[in-house]
Amino acid sequence: MHSPRRSRRTAAAVTGSAVLALLATACTGTNSAGGTDDSASGKDVTITFWHGWSQENETKAIQANIDTFQRLHPNIHVKVVGDIADDKSEQALRAGGPDAPDVVSSFSTDNVGKFCSAKVWADLNPLLKKDGIDPARTFPAAMLKYSQFEGSQCSLPLLGDSYGLYYNKTAFAAAGITAPPKTFSEFDADAVKLTVADGDGYKQLGFMPTYHGYESAPSRYLGQYGASYFGGAGKSNIATDPRVAAMFTWQKNLIGKLGGFDRLEKYRSGFGDEYSAKNPFETGQVAMSIDGEWRTASIAEDKVSFDWATAPFPVPDDQADTYGRGYQTGTIIGIARTSRKQAASWELVKYLTTDTDAVVGFANAIHNVPSTIAALGSPKLDADPNFRTFIDIARNPASDTTPASINGGAYQISIQNLGYAYESGKQSDLAAGLAASAKEIDAAIDQAK
Amino acid sequence: MAVGSTAVPAALKRKHRRETARTLAFLSPWLIGFGFFFAYPLISTVYFSFMRYDGFTAPTFNGLKNWDYVFNHYPFFWQGLRNTLWLVVVMVALRVAFGLGIGLLITKLKTGVGFFRTAFYLPYLAPPVAATMAFAFLLNPGTGPVNHLLGDLGLPQPGWFTDPSWSKPALTMLAMWGIGDLMVIFMAALLDVPKEQYEAAELDGAGPWQKFRYVTYPNISPIVMFAVVTGVIQTMQYYTQAIVAGKVASGVIGGSGQQFEPGYPHGSTWTLPQMVYNLGFQRFDTGSACVAALVLFAISMAVTSLLLRRRSGFLSSED
Repeated sequence: MHSPRRSRRTAAAVTGSAVLALLATACTGTNSAGGTDDSASGKDVTITFWHGWSQENETKAIQANIDTFQRLHPNIHVKVVGDIADDKSEQALRAGGPDAPDVVSSFSTDNVGKFCSAKVWADLNPLLKKDGIDPARTFPAAMLKYSQFEGSQCSLPLLGDSYGLYYNKTAFAAAGITAPPKTFSEFDADAVKLTVADGDGYKQLGFMPTYHGYESAPSRYLGQYGASYFGGAGKSNIATDPRVAAMFTWQKNLIGKLGGFDRLEKYRSGFGDEYSAKNPFETGQVAMSIDGEWRTASIAEDKVSFDWATAPFPVPDDQADTYGRGYQTGTIIGIARTSRKQAASWELVKYLTTDTDAVVGFANAIHNVPSTIAALGSPKLDADPNFRTFIDIARNPASDTTPASINGGAYQISIQNLGYAYESGKQSDLAAGLAASAKEIDAAIDQAK
Repeated sequence: MAVGSTAVPAALKRKHRRETARTLAFLSPWLIGFGFFFAYPLISTVYFSFMRYDGFTAPTFNGLKNWDYVFNHYPFFWQGLRNTLWLVVVMVALRVAFGLGIGLLITKLKTGVGFFRTAFYLPYLAPPVAATMAFAFLLNPGTGPVNHLLGDLGLPQPGWFTDPSWSKPALTMLAMWGIGDLMVIFMAALLDVPKEQYEAAELDGAGPWQKFRYVTYPNISPIVMFAVVTGVIQTMQYYTQAIVAGKVASGVIGGSGQQFEPGYPHGSTWTLPQMVYNLGFQRFDTGSACVAALVLFAISMAVTSLLLRRRSGFLSSED
C-alpha cells in the first residue's frame, strides 16, 4: 500500500524525469541512425524525395523519371515534394522523425562538407561498391570532387552546371572581331574593343569584370586558372598558390582598362534581374559574359535581337593549352542517414544518377549538363552547338570546381571579400590581403572542427 | 491560550498557502510561456555557447573557444556590432524625433487631419520586404528616379544602397518613411495633454518652444521613453530590411561557388542578427551563434536598463 504523499513524489519524479529527458533531447537536436528495408524482397515501401525544382518543365521532367523508376520497381513508391529550399531540408534532417525525407537533393554543393562530416547524409561508398559502380569511371572528376568530402561520398551529382563565355556575334562583327578569345590577353583586347563609352557611362560594355557582375565571381575566374584552395594538410593555400594572385591581378587590371571600378559599378547598378530577359547580356548592355549552360535556353526563349554564340571562357596566356576548361558545379542528391528505407532510397538515387537515359532525358528537359561520363557522350543529347560547348567543358579533364569544406562556403566568402576590397581599391596590398584571408579561412575551419 | 496561539498561525499559514497556490494558478499560463519561450531558450543559449555544436551531431564541451572565435577571429563581429550600434543611435533618435514632429504637426492642423494621418500611417502597413525592394529600386544609382531628379537639379547623386557610406543613411530613410506607428502613439499622447496647462503657460507669456519644453514634453515623456526603449530593442533585432536591401542592390542571388556578400556593400549593412544566422545556419556553428545572440541580449538589456533607470521607467514627472 502506498500513501498519497508517496504517489505525489513518484509523479513528481516521473514528471521531472520526463521534462529532463525532453530538454536533453531538445538540446542535443540529434536523431537516431537509419536502417534498411525489405524492398529488395519485393515488399511495398514508400519513400519521400525532396527536391528544389519548381518550374513546370523541371517538375514534369523529374516526375517522368520517377514514373519510369516506379515502373522498374513496382514495389517502391516515391512521394515527391518539390520546391524545397536547402534551409528547410536541413531543418528536417536535424529534426528527423517519420516525416523527414529519405532522399534529398540540393542545388548547392557548398554544404557537402558538413553533410558528409556530420553524417547527415549517408556515405554511399558501400552501396556503390556493392553494386559494382566505380565512381571515378562513372562521374566526371570535377563533379565527383564536389560531391564528396574527405573520403565520404555522401552525395552524387544529379546534373551539372558548366560555365563558359557568351558573346554577341553582332557586336563582334561590328568591332571587327572574327573569333571568340582564347586567352586573357585576347579577351582583354576584345573587351576594350567592344566597349562604347557614353559620357561617364557606356552604350555598350565589352565585359563586366567586377565580382558582383552576376556570375563573375572569384570562383568562376579561379576555375580558369586551375587554382587550388587547400593544401595537403587542409590549410588554405590561397596566399602561396601564385595562380590566385594572378587571377586577382588580371581582374583588377581589366577593370582599369574598361574605365575603372566606380564607373563600372554605376553602370552595373542599372542591370536588370539576372534571371530574366533584362539580363545585361540579353539586353546588349554587355557584349560578353560568363554564365552557365542554362542561359542558352533562356536566350533562345527570350528571342534576343542579335546573333550570339558560346565558347569556353578564356584561360591565362601561360596556360593556353588548357583552353576548353571551365568552372563546374551542379545539383547533388543523397540519402538521409536517418532514413529507415535506405535500400529503396539507394535504388532511386542510383537510377536518377547513373541510368544514362534518365540522366540524358532530364538534362535535355531542363537544359543542364549531364552528370555521368556515359551521358555526356550520349548521341541523344541536345545537338544545339551553343549547348554542346558546355558538354565539352564538362568533359574537359582540366575543368575544376570549388572543393567541399566543413563549414560550407565560408572560405569562399573570405576570398570574395578580399576580391571586393581589392577591386574597389580598399585593399591595395594583395599579398597581405591574401595572407590575412588565408589566416581567416584556417581559423574558421579550425573552429568548425 | 497556548493552543489558540499555535492554531491561528497554522490557519493563517494554510490560508497563505492557498492564496499563493491560487495566485500561481492564475499566473501559470504566463509562467509556462515564460519558462518555455524565454527561460529555457536563454539557458540553452548560455549552455550551447560553451559547446561545439553543429546542429546535427551531439554537442561537446569546448570551453571558451566559441567566445574566443567570435571576439578574436570571426571577421564580421566588430563590424556587425559597430553597424548595429550606429543604427541604434541614429535610426532610433531620428525615428523618435520625426515621429514626434509629424505628430505635433498633424495635431495642429485645422483641416485635412484624416488625410495626413492616413498618408503618414499607410507606409507602416507595407510589408518590410516589399518596402525595402521599392526603396532599392527608387534609390538605384543608375536607373532610379531619385538620382535622376537629383541630377536634373544639379545635386550630387549618391550611390545609396551600393555605397558603404550611404547604405545606413538609406536604411534610416526607409525606417523614417514607415513612421506611422510612432506617429499614432505620439498623437494620442499629445491630444491627452490638458489644454488648461497650455492656457496657463500662455498667460505667463510662454512661446511655442517654452510650451513644448515645459508643458508638452513633461506630459509625453513616458511615451517618448517607451518609443526609445522599444525602438532600441527593435533596432537591435534589425535584419530583414538590411539583408533585402543588400541582396537587391548587389544583384547577386548566390549559389554554388558564389556566396552573397555579407552586409553588401563592404559589410556596411551587416548587423548582429545576420551574424547569428550566418554562424548558426550557414557555417553550422550553433555554439558561436549562441555567443552572438548573448551579446545581442546583453546589449539590449544594458541599454534598456540604463534608459529605464535614468527615467524611472515609463512614469511621467507627475507620477
